[in-house]
Amino acid sequence: MSYKYPDSTGHFEQFGGIYMAETLIPAVEELRQQYLHFRDDPEFKAELAYELKHYVGRPSPIYHAKRLSDELGGAQIYLKREDLNHTGAHKINSAMGQALLARRMGKKRVIAETGAGMHGVATATVAARFGMECVVYMGAEDIQRQAANVFRMKLLGATVVPVESGSKTLKDACNEAIRDWVTNVESTFYIFGTAAGPHPYPMMVRDFQCVIGNEAKVQMPEMIGRQPDAVIACVGGGSNAIGLFYPYIEVPEVQIIGVEAGGHGIASGRHAAPLTANAKVGVLHGNKVYLIQDENGQIIETHSISAGLDYPGVGPEHCLLKDMGRAQYVAINDDEALEAFDALCRFEGIIPALESSHALAHGIKIAPTMGKDKVLLVNLSGRGDKDMNTVAKLKGITL
Amino acid sequence: MSRIDTAFDKLKQQQRKALIPFITAGDPSLQLTVPLMHGLVAAGADVLELGVPFSDPMADGPTIQRASERALKHGMSLRGVLVMVAEFRKQDTTTPVVLMGYGNPIEAMGWEVFARRCAEVGVDGVLTVDFPPEESHEAFEHLQRHNIAPIFLLAPTTNEARIEQVAKLARGYVYYVSLKGVTGAGNIDLSAIENKIPQLRKHIKLPIGVGFGIRDAVTANAVSKLCDGVVVGSRIVQEVENSTEQNVVANVGKLVKELRVALDQK
Repeated sequence: MSYKYPDSTGHFEQFGGIYMAETLIPAVEELRQQYLHFRDDPEFKAELAYELKHYVGRPSPIYHAKRLSDELGGAQIYLKREDLNHTGAHKINSAMGQALLARRMGKKRVIAETGAGMHGVATATVAARFGMECVVYMGAEDIQRQAANVFRMKLLGATVVPVESGSKTLKDACNEAIRDWVTNVESTFYIFGTAAGPHPYPMMVRDFQCVIGNEAKVQMPEMIGRQPDAVIACVGGGSNAIGLFYPYIEVPEVQIIGVEAGGHGIASGRHAAPLTANAKVGVLHGNKVYLIQDENGQIIETHSISAGLDYPGVGPEHCLLKDMGRAQYVAINDDEALEAFDALCRFEGIIPALESSHALAHGIKIAPTMGKDKVLLVNLSGRGDKDMNTVAKLKGITL
Repeated sequence: MSRIDTAFDKLKQQQRKALIPFITAGDPSLQLTVPLMHGLVAAGADVLELGVPFSDPMADGPTIQRASERALKHGMSLRGVLVMVAEFRKQDTTTPVVLMGYGNPIEAMGWEVFARRCAEVGVDGVLTVDFPPEESHEAFEHLQRHNIAPIFLLAPTTNEARIEQVAKLARGYVYYVSLKGVTGAGNIDLSAIENKIPQLRKHIKLPIGVGFGIRDAVTANAVSKLCDGVVVGSRIVQEVENSTEQNVVANVGKLVKELRVALDQK
């Protein structure tokens, strides 16, 4: 493989790195060494494979959304069903890998940040599975938006700490989790939710999520005799996307499309789409990435209907794939995502997460412009049960 | 010789320890930062750490987070901080000023412009909390060209190899973070500091300041016996928060005087 990122210092060209306070640098260095050691350890790999198969329920199927495709009258839409994983999203792939690593490193306490709550639930789940203490940081606004997931985490024995600072969303939850980690660095493993943060997280989370793309690469030829024409996934931090994209980077005939949260539209300034909006490069949460910020380098509050995409940055590897021109990044607005949400419910009997609805919306947008023999593989990264309150509220319905 | 080196040389001759207070620029108001800086010097400060507010202060506890939020609400920016230092220098040409904050506002300005502006207005050192030596090549190059000292943090978790690395890059003084945690945390562990300092001294020939968790005169005095200077941040910022615009300079001055007296006790 000629594409080899990150380099040994955790850089994806100018992106990535280890921009952390000194207290945490030895911790990320230890994590890097331990991860590199266990990544190739047969026993570790076997245990992870076992858990993914018997506990998570992998491999996740690929489903041909035929009624929806027929309705659109163009390219065939196939869905990678990460929503069928235990806990209902792709987050468990990486949470499981990190939990197994935490156990080997002798860490008995895990912490996590969460936006929509799916990563928090996945972390609480693996913590319960292995008997570890679990604390999840969640923005106070997100706690309102995602009450059901908060309750799920508590049922699983986790402590959910509301974060009242800043915009009270995912980035502030991240800040607070980092503050916890710096205070409890020796006892605690930070199970990071996305393929961003200081090295080795972007690489490690990507590697754990690659199970999505690796499976798809085998499943698609079984189903249609070839690879799809394009793979499409939503991008907040971008872990489900990089998990699907990475195995396809060196398959040039497969187009790669990342879908960011356009919120009220890029022109409105109220969005969470740093790549599409051509945001400047900046440093936040341990890595150098494209970052939504003002002219003074202060982070601007983002907006998205989906809490999981409501983040000002994006993983460093997506920044590189954009610059290389290997992947294309587009934005889907709140209302387009909602239409796609409805469409999947009605035509296929699948209720998607609002995050995944962004990826689906882009598929729905481009399918009619393509021939019926073309195939789009959309990552259905999570299920929409958690979004019932948000969607009902938008429709003016009280549950 | 730089202002920082001169200040520490003088303290050494007098067998005194440096008092390094921290305030957030633009807190409690844009107008009061320069008067506060002069007030700190009058009360006995040797080096001033001026916080550049950032929207996401990950290494700070609630007190300094709130100060940053207040300052940003007042429209404080890195540009504005540099103007304040220029204003301060009209009356005070000797007290070293160190800017402390996070890297992104500097990245947005560009290190080259930033370093040149620092030299123009009279900034002496720059401490970027989230830029460890590994990521500081560009910063270091520009700061060095303009004779601005890169101030680095060392922590209880820092191993010997990293101490050596920092020793090679650091200028001015080195800031030892006395505990694992964010600014403003409690429970400073004196014996842990005492054990760590000799390891630092083995490689670091610069003065060593200790900060994080120093909240009163007694602790300041005890810590100062182990190092060359103490940094007091959250306690002072808390005093700013609890004061009115009318009495903030007097209140902070009184607190810093108490710390000065404590440091000068043998």
